[in-house]
Amino acid sequence: MNAPLRPWAILVKASVLFLLLNLLFALSSPALGKFSLYNHLFPGRPRFPFGENILEAHNLSIGDLQALFAAHLLDGTPKAADELRVLVIGDSSIWGTLLRPEQTRSGQWNVAALTCDGKRLRFYNLGYPTLSLTKDLLILETAQRYQPDAVIWAVTLESFAADTQLSSPLLAANAEAVRGLIARYHLPLNEADLPRSTFWQRTLIGQRRALADWARLQLLGVIWAATGVDQVYPSRYPPAQRDFAEDVRFHGLEGPYLPPDALAWEVLRAGIQQVAPSKVILINEPILIASGKNSHLRYNFYYPRWAYDHYRALLAAFVTEHAIPYMDAWDWVDASQFTNSAIHLTPQAEARLAQALIPSILETICDSFAK
Amino acid sequence: MSLTYILIFIVLALIPGKWLKGSGRQSFLLVLSVLALYWLQPALPIRGLDFYLPTFTLGLVILSWRLVTPTEQVPWRSQWRTLGILFVIPLLLAATRYLPWSLPLTASLPPPPLYALFLLLLLFAITIGVARWRQGLLFGIGLLLLFFVILKTPALTRLLAQALRELMAQDVSRATAADIRWLGFSFIAFRLIHTLRDRQMGRLPQASLAEYVTYVLFFPALTAGPIDRLERFLQDLRRPFNLQSADVLEASTRLSLGLLKKFVLADTLVLIALNDLNAWELRSSLWSWGVLYAYSWQIYWDFSGYTDIAIGLGRLFGIRLPENFNRPYQMPNLTQFWNNWHMTLTQWFRAYLFNPLTRSLRRRGLAATWIILLTQLSTMLLIGLWHGVTWNFALWGIWHGVGLFVHNRWSEWVRPRWQIAPRWQPWLNTAGAVLNFHYVTLGWVFFALSSPQAVWRVFSVLFGGAG
Repeated sequence: MNAPLRPWAILVKASVLFLLLNLLFALSSPALGKFSLYNHLFPGRPRFPFGENILEAHNLSIGDLQALFAAHLLDGTPKAADELRVLVIGDSSIWGTLLRPEQTRSGQWNVAALTCDGKRLRFYNLGYPTLSLTKDLLILETAQRYQPDAVIWAVTLESFAADTQLSSPLLAANAEAVRGLIARYHLPLNEADLPRSTFWQRTLIGQRRALADWARLQLLGVIWAATGVDQVYPSRYPPAQRDFAEDVRFHGLEGPYLPPDALAWEVLRAGIQQVAPSKVILINEPILIASGKNSHLRYNFYYPRWAYDHYRALLAAFVTEHAIPYMDAWDWVDASQFTNSAIHLTPQAEARLAQALIPSILETICDSFAK
Repeated sequence: MSLTYILIFIVLALIPGKWLKGSGRQSFLLVLSVLALYWLQPALPIRGLDFYLPTFTLGLVILSWRLVTPTEQVPWRSQWRTLGILFVIPLLLAATRYLPWSLPLTASLPPPPLYALFLLLLLFAITIGVARWRQGLLFGIGLLLLFFVILKTPALTRLLAQALRELMAQDVSRATAADIRWLGFSFIAFRLIHTLRDRQMGRLPQASLAEYVTYVLFFPALTAGPIDRLERFLQDLRRPFNLQSADVLEASTRLSLGLLKKFVLADTLVLIALNDLNAWELRSSLWSWGVLYAYSWQIYWDFSGYTDIAIGLGRLFGIRLPENFNRPYQMPNLTQFWNNWHMTLTQWFRAYLFNPLTRSLRRRGLAATWIILLTQLSTMLLIGLWHGVTWNFALWGIWHGVGLFVHNRWSEWVRPRWQIAPRWQPWLNTAGAVLNFHYVTLGWVFFALSSPQAVWRVFSVLFGGAG
């Protein structure tokens, strides 16, 4: 004889099992991000996953640093004996907003097929579209396991701003790793700005967003492999601002000089220390020099003139003091060649900039390996 | 139907299942179905239209009930209670516009109750007028078909939107076909035509106005079917119902399955499924098949997920809605696929188009092969055009019509010539299912895209051409 059905009993049993599964998940904290279909089933991505419009961009922003790297081409490319591995880090200008992978700076350099003494230079785009040197430092730390021979670090004043160093969602999602960096390099950053992970957040329920994002990233491999598209390329977009209010403030400062603690020099120093003995080549990225309303006060949306001029002077002094190869490309690009931001270039300008930088890069990298 | 609506309906299902019996349960279902008609209607840019369309639906249902009910059996007096409910609900909803807070019962601010009353009285007067007409049934069917043509033809829908915008003193230049999204019209019209046609044939059971309205507007099946038959629905509605553990278990299973299919599987696969945008971006032949497979499963899980949810919800209210999908992708040929894909829709077309057309062509003495070709092509073409009067839906219908014809001819030819040993049958079925799945999946290219140019490009990429 069949036992009578008891829906409540089923509900209670299911709830207990679900609770146990949550506890087990929280206790084991599996590092799911390491597992990826990219570089196995799907081709690796030439730049990190990032995107806000998942349906059109076939891409999404996720916080799991391991998953970011596991999806990257770098993770699936064993270093060849004749390869000189160059990592290119920076913000959205390096990642390549509005640029196809082959149009980005790394893409252009790879197409140029540069060599040093018969060794092939292979450039990997590790740019990530947020402005923070600490975010770059975090990426650099994880990237060390891929045996870089050199690092090209593209910076701009905004990525130095000390007060917003920890505001990137990527840093919040990897708070423990960032705490490790702060402790190791004695960085003057406020740990309290980073979220604390609770037991609840480590359960299946707490991790549901991260798990769903990881699963979506794997699924997006199909459309990535089918199209090669990883961001939206609108035919029209609002151009970078050329007219400004009569405002000379930079992160609440009014000038005429940047105080020593306003910029995160220690983070830059930590990055160079981390990469050593490999070479770091520093590039001060081109910015839009607008000629609109109040442009005598501001270069662009981001920078009042006094702050940017002083930053350049400080950066020049820093690289001289530390003997860092440095290229100041701040005014190398005509104002007409910026797209939707004061730091994003058209494909043509990006190509010209990449070409212009090649001699110095070759000289620095080839020299360092000749020694 | 969003997840929130489904959860609310599940909670509401416990009321009649546990506490309401007999006519109380019927009235509850009637009120809930009418409320859901307004509640589920999406907001529209034309002022008041998201209120007027559900009201118009009510008018159409009352008109159809009057037409399918013989004059001598229409004691309006016995229907006053139902009529009262059908009049009072829209008026009360319209009156919510004066509340200091907004209720989520209508998509936007409803029109003044006086407007709603005028519309209801006008629709009722039309009902009385048409019912006196000898050709009323034909008029009813014609009216529904006219609405079908207008709503499914983008150019005509846009014209109607322009006219309505003009009427409401709104910007005519911004009129688009999307201005008129009439919740559940397709499935409501299928049910109404079924009753009107069966009444014409003299085989429709009698139903009270309350029963008829509940049948047509039964909210779990309002947006995506299945298309039940009146005689079957009435059996469940009239049967005393007391929610049992077995009902809860069955309903929970179907609801869980439906939620998983729709909100997890289908909604996730949307990210990589073929669409008008990515059709022009495809460049890898191999992975484009992945994008197409994703669409194939996404559309299946979407439709069948909704059906599972509808069946699960129906079960909680004591209504056993018919099955709509039965593992269609595992079927070894196209004929069996269509016997197991959106079954109630194909049964509807078979009953009201395919069979009458076959009989008519037979009477004209046409050869069997021609009859099969014409009936299958026209049936599938109309199913295609039901989704929208566009080239791509027409091509999708032709694709399936030709496929069905070829399969029919092949079966007829091979049956007397080729005897399969029973031990080979499973292998043959598997091979047939794989072949059939790919035929159906390639057909989805027409369905998923809006232009023949995009279809051509996708086919080119799939078969190693332009990338």
